[in-house]
Amino acid sequence: MYNGGKIITGLVIFIGLVSLPFWANMGGSYEQPKIELPKNSTECIAPKEEMRTSHMQLLNDWRDMALREGKRTYISASGKEYTISLQNTCMECHTSKAEFCDKCHTDAGVTPYCWDCHVPPKEAK
Amino acid sequence: MKQSRRNFLKFAGLSAAGLCLAPTAAALASGGGGAGKAHAVVNAKTLHAKRWAMVVDTRKLNTEEAIETLAEVCHHIHNVPTIPGKQEVKWLWEGTYAETFPEQENNFPSEDLEKRRFPLLCNHCENPSCVRVCPTKATFKRADGIVAMDYHRCIGCRYCMAACPYGSRSFNFMDPRPFMDMDKINKKFPTRMRGVVEKCNFCVERLAIGEMPACVEKSSGAITFGDLQDPDSSVRKVLRENFTIRRKPAVGTEPGVYYII
Ligand code: SF4
Ligand code: SF4
Ligand code: SF4
Repeated sequence: MYNGGKIITGLVIFIGLVSLPFWANMGGSYEQPKIELPKNSTECIAPKEEMRTSHMQLLNDWRDMALREGKRTYISASGKEYTISLQNTCMECHTSKAEFCDKCHTDAGVTPYCWDCHVPPKEAK
Repeated sequence: MKQSRRNFLKFAGLSAAGLCLAPTAAALASGGGGAGKAHAVVNAKTLHAKRWAMVVDTRKLNTEEAIETLAEVCHHIHNVPTIPGKQEVKWLWEGTYAETFPEQENNFPSEDLEKRRFPLLCNHCENPSCVRVCPTKATFKRADGIVAMDYHRCIGCRYCMAACPYGSRSFNFMDPRPFMDMDKINKKFPTRMRGVVEKCNFCVERLAIGEMPACVEKSSGAITFGDLQDPDSSVRKVLRENFTIRRKPAVGTEPGVYYII
Protein backbone atom coordinates (compact mmCIF):
# COMPACT_ATOMS: atom_id res chain seq x y z
CA MET A 1 0.00 0.00 0.00
CA TYR A 2 1.42 3.36 -0.98
CA ASN A 3 1.62 5.90 1.84
CA GLY A 4 -0.26 3.52 4.17
CA GLY A 5 1.00 5.24 7.29
CA LYS A 6 0.00 8.67 6.12
CA ILE A 7 -3.47 7.54 5.15
CA ILE A 8 -4.09 5.87 8.48
CA THR A 9 -2.77 8.87 10.43
CA GLY A 10 -4.98 11.10 8.29
CA LEU A 11 -8.02 8.92 8.97
CA VAL A 12 -7.42 8.94 12.70
CA ILE A 13 -7.13 12.72 12.74
CA PHE A 14 -10.24 13.02 10.58
CA ILE A 15 -12.36 10.78 12.80
CA GLY A 16 -11.08 12.60 15.86
CA LEU A 17 -12.08 15.95 14.41
CA VAL A 18 -15.48 14.79 13.24
CA SER A 19 -16.33 13.35 16.65
CA LEU A 20 -14.97 16.39 18.50
CA PRO A 21 -18.41 17.66 19.55
CA PHE A 22 -19.10 14.25 21.03
CA TRP A 23 -15.88 14.27 23.09
CA ALA A 24 -16.42 17.85 24.13
CA ASN A 25 -19.82 16.99 25.56
CA MET A 26 -18.68 13.91 27.42
CA GLY A 27 -18.85 13.98 31.17
CA GLY A 28 -21.09 17.03 31.25
CA SER A 29 -24.35 16.64 33.07
CA TYR A 30 -27.69 17.74 31.65
CA GLU A 31 -29.71 20.01 33.79
CA GLN A 32 -33.39 20.37 33.09
CA PRO A 33 -34.42 23.91 32.29
CA LYS A 34 -36.50 25.74 34.87
CA ILE A 35 -39.87 26.27 33.33
CA GLU A 36 -42.63 28.50 34.59
CA LEU A 37 -45.68 26.54 35.68
CA PRO A 38 -49.21 27.93 35.38
CA LYS A 39 -50.29 30.02 38.33
CA ASN A 40 -53.98 29.67 37.73
CA SER A 41 -54.25 25.90 37.70
CA THR A 42 -52.81 22.95 39.55
CA GLU A 43 -53.61 20.09 37.23
CA CYS A 44 -52.81 19.39 33.59
CA ILE A 45 -54.92 17.29 31.25
CA ALA A 46 -52.58 14.33 31.91
CA PRO A 47 -49.88 13.52 34.49
CA LYS A 48 -46.72 15.60 34.27
CA GLU A 49 -44.49 12.71 33.19
CA GLU A 50 -46.86 11.80 30.40
CA MET A 51 -47.04 15.39 29.18
CA ARG A 52 -43.27 15.72 29.35
CA THR A 53 -42.59 12.68 27.20
CA SER A 54 -45.53 12.62 24.84
CA HIS A 55 -47.24 16.00 24.53
CA MET A 56 -46.33 15.94 20.85
CA GLN A 57 -48.19 12.67 20.26
CA LEU A 58 -51.12 14.02 22.22
CA LEU A 59 -51.23 17.18 20.11
CA ASN A 60 -51.06 15.05 17.01
CA ASP A 61 -54.03 12.98 18.22
CA TRP A 62 -55.91 16.13 19.18
CA ARG A 63 -55.48 17.50 15.70
CA ASP A 64 -57.03 14.42 14.11
CA MET A 65 -59.81 14.21 16.68
CA ALA A 66 -60.86 17.83 16.24
CA LEU A 67 -60.37 18.27 12.51
CA ARG A 68 -61.09 14.87 11.08
CA GLU A 69 -63.43 13.18 13.54
CA GLY A 70 -65.15 16.38 14.64
CA LYS A 71 -64.60 15.45 18.29
CA ARG A 72 -63.64 18.61 20.14
CA THR A 73 -64.22 17.65 23.76
CA TYR A 74 -61.48 15.74 25.56
CA ILE A 75 -62.29 13.73 28.66
CA SER A 76 -59.10 13.16 30.61
CA ALA A 77 -58.28 10.03 32.58
CA SER A 78 -59.47 11.83 35.70
CA GLY A 79 -62.83 12.50 34.06
CA LYS A 80 -62.43 16.24 33.49
CA GLU A 81 -63.62 17.85 30.25
CA TYR A 82 -61.44 20.08 28.10
CA THR A 83 -61.88 21.74 24.73
CA ILE A 84 -59.49 20.19 22.21
CA SER A 85 -57.44 23.21 21.21
CA LEU A 86 -53.79 24.18 21.48
CA GLN A 87 -54.61 27.84 21.34
CA ASN A 88 -57.70 27.94 23.51
CA THR A 89 -56.87 25.27 26.08
CA CYS A 90 -53.11 24.72 26.43
CA MET A 91 -52.21 28.37 26.03
CA GLU A 92 -54.89 29.43 28.51
CA CYS A 93 -52.82 27.95 31.34
CA HIS A 94 -49.36 28.16 29.86
CA THR A 95 -49.62 31.86 29.24
CA SER A 96 -45.96 32.35 28.47
CA LYS A 97 -44.51 30.64 25.44
CA ALA A 98 -41.05 32.01 26.25
CA GLU A 99 -41.05 30.77 29.84
CA PHE A 100 -42.66 27.41 29.17
CA CYS A 101 -42.47 26.01 25.65
CA ASP A 102 -39.33 27.71 24.42
CA LYS A 103 -37.18 26.76 27.41
CA CYS A 104 -37.23 23.03 26.72
CA HIS A 105 -37.45 23.35 22.96
CA THR A 106 -34.35 25.54 22.88
CA ASP A 107 -32.49 23.18 25.18
CA ALA A 108 -33.45 20.15 23.13
CA GLY A 109 -32.59 21.95 19.92
CA VAL A 110 -36.02 21.50 18.36
CA THR A 111 -37.97 24.21 16.57
CA PRO A 112 -41.57 23.07 16.20
CA TYR A 113 -43.47 25.19 13.70
CA CYS A 114 -46.72 25.20 15.69
CA TRP A 115 -46.37 28.96 16.15
CA ASP A 116 -46.34 29.66 12.45
CA CYS A 117 -50.13 29.26 12.65
CA HIS A 118 -51.22 28.97 16.28
CA VAL A 119 -51.05 32.28 18.03
CA PRO A 120 -49.21 32.27 21.35
CA PRO A 121 -50.50 34.57 24.09
CA LYS A 122 -49.10 38.06 24.11
CA GLU A 123 -45.97 38.20 26.22
CA ALA A 124 -45.72 41.04 28.68
CA LYS A 125 -42.60 42.94 27.72
CA MET B 1 -45.87 -41.07 16.23
CA LYS B 2 -49.61 -41.15 15.51
CA GLN B 3 -50.35 -40.34 19.10
CA SER B 4 -48.12 -37.29 19.12
CA ARG B 5 -49.58 -35.89 15.90
CA ARG B 6 -53.03 -36.30 17.40
CA ASN B 7 -51.94 -34.45 20.54
CA PHE B 8 -50.35 -31.74 18.48
CA LEU B 9 -53.56 -31.12 16.52
CA LYS B 10 -55.62 -31.07 19.70
CA PHE B 11 -53.29 -28.55 21.23
CA ALA B 12 -53.26 -26.42 18.07
CA GLY B 13 -57.05 -26.41 17.95
CA LEU B 14 -57.31 -25.35 21.55
CA SER B 15 -54.79 -22.57 21.05
CA ALA B 16 -56.65 -21.29 18.03
CA ALA B 17 -59.91 -21.25 19.97
CA GLY B 18 -58.16 -19.41 22.77
CA LEU B 19 -56.83 -16.80 20.38
CA CYS B 20 -60.31 -16.20 19.02
CA LEU B 21 -61.74 -15.73 22.47
CA ALA B 22 -58.93 -13.55 23.80
CA PRO B 23 -60.13 -10.17 22.44
CA THR B 24 -63.60 -10.73 23.85
CA ALA B 25 -62.16 -11.73 27.20
CA ALA B 26 -59.91 -8.68 27.22
CA ALA B 27 -62.83 -6.42 26.36
CA LEU B 28 -64.90 -7.97 29.14
CA ALA B 29 -62.06 -7.64 31.61
CA SER B 30 -61.58 -3.94 30.89
CA GLY B 31 -65.31 -3.48 31.47
CA GLY B 32 -65.66 -1.41 28.31
CA GLY B 33 -66.21 1.65 30.48
CA GLY B 34 -65.04 5.05 29.26
CA ALA B 35 -63.99 6.34 32.66
CA GLY B 36 -60.36 5.93 33.57
CA LYS B 37 -59.08 6.22 30.05
CA ALA B 38 -58.70 9.54 28.30
CA HIS B 39 -60.87 9.87 25.21
CA ALA B 40 -62.52 12.42 22.98
CA VAL B 41 -66.19 13.03 22.29
CA VAL B 42 -68.24 15.33 20.09
CA ASN B 43 -69.13 18.62 21.80
CA ALA B 44 -72.52 18.43 23.45
CA LYS B 45 -73.61 21.68 21.76
CA THR B 46 -72.55 20.68 18.21
CA LEU B 47 -75.11 21.27 15.45
CA HIS B 48 -75.59 18.11 13.43
CA ALA B 49 -76.70 17.48 9.86
CA LYS B 50 -76.48 14.62 7.43
CA ARG B 51 -75.49 17.07 4.70
CA TRP B 52 -74.95 20.76 5.34
CA ALA B 53 -76.03 23.10 2.56
CA MET B 54 -76.58 26.81 1.97
CA VAL B 55 -79.21 28.74 0.04
CA VAL B 56 -78.47 32.36 -0.90
CA ASP B 57 -81.42 34.59 -1.71
CA THR B 58 -79.90 36.92 -4.30
CA ARG B 59 -83.11 38.98 -4.40
CA LYS B 60 -82.19 40.17 -0.92
CA LEU B 61 -78.41 39.98 -0.98
CA ASN B 62 -76.93 41.36 -4.18
CA THR B 63 -74.88 44.48 -3.69
CA GLU B 64 -71.13 44.77 -3.51
CA GLU B 65 -71.33 46.54 -0.14
CA ALA B 66 -73.63 43.98 1.46
CA ILE B 67 -71.44 41.06 0.35
CA GLU B 68 -68.34 42.97 1.42
CA THR B 69 -69.77 43.28 4.95
CA LEU B 70 -70.17 39.50 5.14
CA ALA B 71 -66.67 38.95 3.77
CA GLU B 72 -65.24 41.28 6.39
CA VAL B 73 -66.83 39.29 9.21
CA CYS B 74 -65.72 35.98 7.71
CA HIS B 75 -62.20 37.18 7.06
CA HIS B 76 -61.90 38.69 10.48
CA ILE B 77 -62.96 35.63 12.48
CA HIS B 78 -60.81 33.35 10.35
CA ASN B 79 -57.76 35.62 10.28
CA VAL B 80 -57.75 35.91 6.50
CA PRO B 81 -55.15 38.54 5.54
CA THR B 82 -55.79 41.47 3.23
CA ILE B 83 -53.14 41.16 0.55
CA PRO B 84 -53.55 43.43 -2.45
CA GLY B 85 -53.12 42.18 -5.99
CA LYS B 86 -52.89 38.72 -7.44
CA GLN B 87 -51.65 37.06 -4.25
CA GLU B 88 -54.84 37.85 -2.33
CA VAL B 89 -56.40 35.26 -0.05
CA LYS B 90 -60.20 35.06 -0.01
CA TRP B 91 -62.86 32.90 1.58
CA LEU B 92 -65.93 34.93 0.60
CA TRP B 93 -66.03 37.37 -2.30
CA GLU B 94 -68.42 38.62 -4.97
CA GLY B 95 -68.94 38.41 -8.71
CA THR B 96 -71.31 39.37 -11.50
CA TYR B 97 -73.91 37.02 -12.95
CA ALA B 98 -71.58 36.14 -15.82
CA GLU B 99 -68.73 35.37 -13.46
CA THR B 100 -70.93 33.33 -11.17
CA PHE B 101 -72.88 31.36 -13.76
CA PRO B 102 -70.69 31.39 -16.88
CA GLU B 103 -72.54 28.47 -18.49
CA GLN B 104 -75.99 29.87 -17.83
CA GLU B 105 -75.38 33.29 -19.33
CA ASN B 106 -77.91 34.89 -21.58
CA ASN B 107 -77.21 37.42 -24.33
CA PHE B 108 -79.85 39.96 -23.22
CA PRO B 109 -80.20 39.74 -19.43
CA SER B 110 -82.66 41.87 -17.47
CA GLU B 111 -81.35 45.15 -16.09
CA ASP B 112 -81.89 43.86 -12.59
CA LEU B 113 -79.81 40.76 -13.17
CA GLU B 114 -77.08 42.74 -14.87
CA LYS B 115 -76.69 44.93 -11.79
CA ARG B 116 -76.77 42.14 -9.23
CA ARG B 117 -73.66 40.87 -7.47
CA PHE B 118 -73.43 37.32 -6.14
CA PRO B 119 -71.63 36.10 -3.05
CA LEU B 120 -69.06 33.42 -3.92
CA LEU B 121 -67.44 30.87 -1.63
CA CYS B 122 -66.40 27.22 -1.56
CA ASN B 123 -69.45 25.19 -2.60
CA HIS B 124 -68.68 22.20 -0.36
CA CYS B 125 -69.46 19.99 -3.32
CA GLU B 126 -71.05 16.56 -3.17
CA ASN B 127 -68.35 15.26 -5.56
CA PRO B 128 -65.48 17.57 -4.71
CA SER B 129 -62.75 17.38 -7.33
CA CYS B 130 -60.36 19.06 -4.89
CA VAL B 131 -60.64 16.10 -2.53
CA ARG B 132 -60.09 13.60 -5.32
CA VAL B 133 -56.79 15.13 -6.41
CA CYS B 134 -55.29 16.02 -3.04
CA PRO B 135 -52.31 13.67 -2.63
CA THR B 136 -52.01 14.08 1.14
CA LYS B 137 -55.70 14.06 2.07
CA ALA B 138 -55.18 17.51 3.55
CA THR B 139 -58.48 18.31 1.83
CA PHE B 140 -61.14 15.83 2.81
CA LYS B 141 -64.90 15.52 2.95
CA ARG B 142 -66.50 15.07 6.33
CA ALA B 143 -69.47 12.77 6.91
CA ASP B 144 -71.73 15.85 7.12
CA GLY B 145 -70.71 17.01 3.64
CA ILE B 146 -68.34 19.77 4.67
CA VAL B 147 -65.17 19.83 2.60
CA ALA B 148 -62.55 20.61 5.20
CA MET B 149 -58.85 21.37 5.22
CA ASP B 150 -56.15 20.07 7.52
CA TYR B 151 -53.48 22.72 7.05
CA HIS B 152 -50.97 20.60 8.98
CA ARG B 153 -50.89 18.20 6.10
CA CYS B 154 -51.05 20.54 3.13
CA ILE B 155 -47.83 20.47 1.12
CA GLY B 156 -48.84 23.34 -1.13
CA CYS B 157 -48.84 21.34 -4.35
CA ARG B 158 -51.93 23.29 -5.48
CA TYR B 159 -53.51 20.34 -7.31
CA CYS B 160 -56.73 21.27 -5.52
CA MET B 161 -56.61 24.78 -6.97
CA ALA B 162 -56.27 23.38 -10.45
CA ALA B 163 -59.08 20.92 -9.80
CA CYS B 164 -61.64 23.31 -8.29
CA PRO B 165 -63.85 24.60 -11.09
CA TYR B 166 -64.91 27.60 -8.99
CA GLY B 167 -61.60 29.16 -8.01
CA SER B 168 -62.61 28.75 -4.39
CA ARG B 169 -59.11 28.30 -3.07
CA SER B 170 -56.28 30.65 -2.28
CA PHE B 171 -52.60 29.91 -2.00
CA ASN B 172 -50.49 31.60 0.66
CA PHE B 173 -47.60 32.89 -1.38
CA MET B 174 -46.13 34.47 1.73
CA ASP B 175 -46.49 34.66 5.48
CA PRO B 176 -49.93 36.23 6.00
CA ARG B 177 -49.17 37.76 9.41
CA PRO B 178 -47.56 41.00 8.16
CA PHE B 179 -50.84 41.66 6.32
CA MET B 180 -52.97 41.49 9.46
CA ASP B 181 -53.23 43.70 12.46
CA MET B 182 -51.87 41.14 14.91
CA ASP B 183 -53.37 43.09 17.85
CA LYS B 184 -56.84 42.72 16.40
CA ILE B 185 -56.81 39.17 15.10
CA ASN B 186 -59.19 36.52 16.40
CA LYS B 187 -57.09 34.79 19.06
CA LYS B 188 -59.40 31.78 19.07
CA PHE B 189 -58.52 30.82 15.50
CA PRO B 190 -55.08 30.13 14.03
CA THR B 191 -53.53 31.93 11.10
CA ARG B 192 -51.98 29.98 8.24
CA MET B 193 -48.36 29.61 7.23
CA ARG B 194 -46.70 30.33 3.93
CA GLY B 195 -47.16 27.59 1.33
CA VAL B 196 -50.59 26.19 2.17
CA VAL B 197 -53.91 26.48 0.36
CA GLU B 198 -56.98 27.72 2.20
CA LYS B 199 -60.71 28.30 1.69
CA CYS B 200 -64.09 28.71 3.39
CA ASN B 201 -64.71 25.94 5.93
CA PHE B 202 -68.51 26.38 6.34
CA CYS B 203 -67.57 27.60 9.82
CA VAL B 204 -67.04 24.11 11.28
CA GLU B 205 -65.54 25.69 14.40
CA ARG B 206 -68.79 27.59 14.97
CA LEU B 207 -71.07 24.61 14.23
CA ALA B 208 -69.07 22.73 16.88
CA ILE B 209 -70.17 25.19 19.55
CA GLY B 210 -73.75 25.39 18.38
CA GLU B 211 -73.50 28.53 16.26
CA MET B 212 -74.50 29.13 12.64
CA PRO B 213 -71.85 30.23 10.11
CA ALA B 214 -70.88 33.86 10.53
CA CYS B 215 -72.03 34.98 7.06
CA VAL B 216 -75.41 33.31 7.60
CA GLU B 217 -75.85 35.05 10.92
CA LYS B 218 -74.84 38.41 9.47
CA SER B 219 -77.01 38.14 6.33
CA SER B 220 -80.28 39.17 8.03
CA GLY B 221 -82.11 36.19 6.63
CA ALA B 222 -80.79 36.31 3.07
CA ILE B 223 -78.77 33.12 3.56
CA THR B 224 -80.31 29.90 4.84
CA PHE B 225 -78.16 27.10 6.23
CA GLY B 226 -79.32 23.62 7.14
CA ASP B 227 -79.61 19.92 6.45
CA LEU B 228 -80.23 19.01 2.82
CA GLN B 229 -81.18 15.45 3.72
CA ASP B 230 -83.89 16.46 6.13
CA PRO B 231 -87.15 17.20 4.26
CA ASP B 232 -88.34 19.39 7.13
CA SER B 233 -85.21 21.53 7.31
CA SER B 234 -85.05 25.24 6.62
CA VAL B 235 -83.01 24.79 3.45
CA ARG B 236 -85.38 22.23 2.03
CA LYS B 237 -88.26 24.60 2.74
CA VAL B 238 -86.69 27.50 0.80
CA LEU B 239 -85.60 25.14 -1.98
CA ARG B 240 -89.19 23.88 -2.26
CA GLU B 241 -90.64 27.37 -2.45
CA ASN B 242 -88.15 29.06 -4.79
CA PHE B 243 -86.45 28.62 -8.12
CA THR B 244 -82.76 28.01 -7.50
CA ILE B 245 -79.67 27.34 -9.59
CA ARG B 246 -76.20 26.13 -8.75
CA ARG B 247 -72.86 27.09 -10.27
CA LYS B 248 -71.47 25.20 -13.30
CA PRO B 249 -73.82 22.20 -13.28
CA ALA B 250 -71.99 20.68 -16.25
CA VAL B 251 -68.81 19.91 -14.29
CA GLY B 252 -70.74 17.49 -12.09
CA THR B 253 -69.36 18.45 -8.67
CA GLU B 254 -72.89 19.01 -7.28
CA PRO B 255 -72.37 22.20 -5.25
CA GLY B 256 -73.87 22.50 -1.78
CA VAL B 257 -74.55 26.22 -2.29
CA TYR B 258 -77.81 27.17 -4.03
CA TYR B 259 -78.79 30.59 -5.40
CA ILE B 260 -82.36 31.91 -5.54
CA ILE B 261 -82.51 34.14 -8.62
S1 SF4 C 1 -65.99 24.49 -4.56
FE1 SF4 C 1 -63.97 23.82 -5.21
S2 SF4 C 1 -62.83 23.77 -3.30
FE2 SF4 C 1 -64.98 23.80 -2.71
S3 SF4 C 1 -65.54 21.62 -2.54
FE3 SF4 C 1 -66.07 22.25 -4.61
S4 SF4 C 1 -64.28 21.66 -5.80
FE4 SF4 C 1 -63.62 21.69 -3.66
S1 SF4 D 1 -52.20 22.15 -2.06
FE1 SF4 D 1 -52.58 21.12 -0.11
S2 SF4 D 1 -54.79 20.78 -0.04
FE2 SF4 D 1 -54.26 21.30 -2.17
S3 SF4 D 1 -53.99 19.32 -3.17
FE3 SF4 D 1 -51.95 19.96 -2.46
S4 SF4 D 1 -51.75 19.06 -0.40
FE4 SF4 D 1 -53.92 18.94 -0.96
S1 SF4 E 1 -69.55 29.76 5.88
FE1 SF4 E 1 -68.11 30.66 7.36
S2 SF4 E 1 -66.14 30.36 6.40
FE2 SF4 E 1 -67.63 30.10 4.77
S3 SF4 E 1 -67.86 32.12 3.85
FE3 SF4 E 1 -69.42 31.96 5.45
S4 SF4 E 1 -68.46 32.87 7.25
FE4 SF4 E 1 -66.82 32.40 5.80
